[in-house]
Amino acid sequence: MNLNLTLAFQVLFFIVFVWFSKKFVWTPIIGALNERKTRIADGLAAADKGHRAEQEGREQAEQLIVEARSRASEIIGKAEKHGAELVEEAKSSAKKEGERMITAAQAEIDSEVNRAKEALRKQVSELAVAGAQQILKREVDAVVHAQLLDDLAAKL
Amino acid sequence: MASSSESITSSEFIRHHLTNLTFGQHPDGSWSMAHDAAEAAQMGIMAVHVDSLFWSFVLGAGFLWLFRSVAIRVTSGEPGMLQNFCEWIVEFVDENVRGSFSGRNDMVAPMALTLFCWIFLMNLMDLVPVEVIPRLLALFGVHFQKVVPTTDPNITFGLALSVFVLMIYFSIRVKGPAGFAAELTMHPFEARSPALKVLFIPINFFLEFVSLISKPISHSLRLFGNMYAGEMIFILISLMFGTGVVLTLFGGVLQFVWAVFHILVITLQAFIFMVLTIVYMDMAHQHH
Repeated sequence: MNLNLTLAFQVLFFIVFVWFSKKFVWTPIIGALNERKTRIADGLAAADKGHRAEQEGREQAEQLIVEARSRASEIIGKAEKHGAELVEEAKSSAKKEGERMITAAQAEIDSEVNRAKEALRKQVSELAVAGAQQILKREVDAVVHAQLLDDLAAKL
Repeated sequence: MASSSESITSSEFIRHHLTNLTFGQHPDGSWSMAHDAAEAAQMGIMAVHVDSLFWSFVLGAGFLWLFRSVAIRVTSGEPGMLQNFCEWIVEFVDENVRGSFSGRNDMVAPMALTLFCWIFLMNLMDLVPVEVIPRLLALFGVHFQKVVPTTDPNITFGLALSVFVLMIYFSIRVKGPAGFAAELTMHPFEARSPALKVLFIPINFFLEFVSLISKPISHSLRLFGNMYAGEMIFILISLMFGTGVVLTLFGGVLQFVWAVFHILVITLQAFIFMVLTIVYMDMAHQHH
C-alpha cells in the first residue's frame, strides 16, 4: 500500500463536502420535509374537525327536519279540522236558510191558494146565484129559495 | 486483453491498470508526473494520485450539485420528480441515523448522507467497463488512469480517518478528557479495590486501544478490499477480450453477470460505510 499526500487531500475534500452538505443541502431539504410533515398533520386534524362538524350539522339538520315535520302535520291537522268545521257550518247555515226559504215559500203559496180559493168561492157563489136567479126568475121565488141558496153558497 | 498492444503481457496489463496517475516530487527534488510505477513508488509520501482525487472530487461535487439544485427550490408542497428522489435518499439516511444514533448532533446526518452518496458514486465507477476511460484518456497522452477512487486506499483511509478523528473529538467533548481516558482504561476488566484497578489499567488500555485503532482500519479496509477485489475481477475478465471469439463472448457474459452482482456490492458497501460511521458517532456520544 502506498499512502501519500492523496490522503490529506481526500480529508480536505471530506471536510469541505460535509460542511457544504450540512449547510446547503441537508438543512433546507430536511426543513422542507419537516414542514410538510406538520402541514399534513394539520391538514389531517382539520379534516377530522370538519368531519365532526359535518356529523354534528347533519344530526342537527335531522332533528330540525323531524321537528318541522311534526309541526307541519300539526298545522295540517288543525287546518283540516278548521276546514271541516267551516264546511259543516256552511252546510248547516245553508240548510237553515233553505228551510226558511221553503217555509216562507210554502206560507206564500198557502196564502195565495187561500186567496184564490176565497176569490174562486166568491165567484162560484156569485155565478151560482146568478145562474140560480136566471132559473128562479122563471120557476122559483127568490124568497122561497133564499135559504137554500145561502146553504149552497156556504158549502162551496 | 488489449489487442492493439500485443507486446505487453497479462501481468503487465494488470499492473498497468492498477497504477495510479501520480504527480509528485522526484528524488532529485523536481515535481512532475510519474512515467511509470517504479517512478511513482520512488516519490514516497510526497505524491498525489491525480486520478483518484479528480474522480473523487468530481463525483462528490456532482452529488452536492444535484442535491443543491433541489435544495435551492425545495418546497414543502408537491415535490417534483428530482426532489422526490432526493427526499427519498434523505429520508432513508435520516431513518438510519434516527435508528442508530441516540445523541444530539446535527452534523451526523449530513455526514452520513454525504458519505453514502459520495461512496456510492465512487463505487459506481466500477461499472464503467475497465478499458473505456483509460483508453480515451490515452488518446490525449494520459497513460495511467484508475477511475474507481475507492480502490485507492488513500481515499478510503482519508474518509475513515476523518470519521475516526471526529469520533475521538466528539468523545472527548461529550465525556471530557477524563471520561474518555476512563473509557480506555476501566474496561473490560473492572475491580473494586484500588490496587487491582491500577493493575488492570495497562491490560484494559491494551485491549481497548487495539479495538479503538482497529475501527478506522477495518472501516476503510472493508470498503477498499471489496472494491479492489471487484475491480481486479473486472480486469481479469477483460483479459479474455481479444483472445478468440468463444473466450470474448464468454468474457462478455461473465462481465455482465459480475456487473449485475456488483451493483449489490457497490450499494451495500456504501451503506455499510455509512452505518458504521453512524455507529461510531453514537459510541462517541454515549455515556457509561
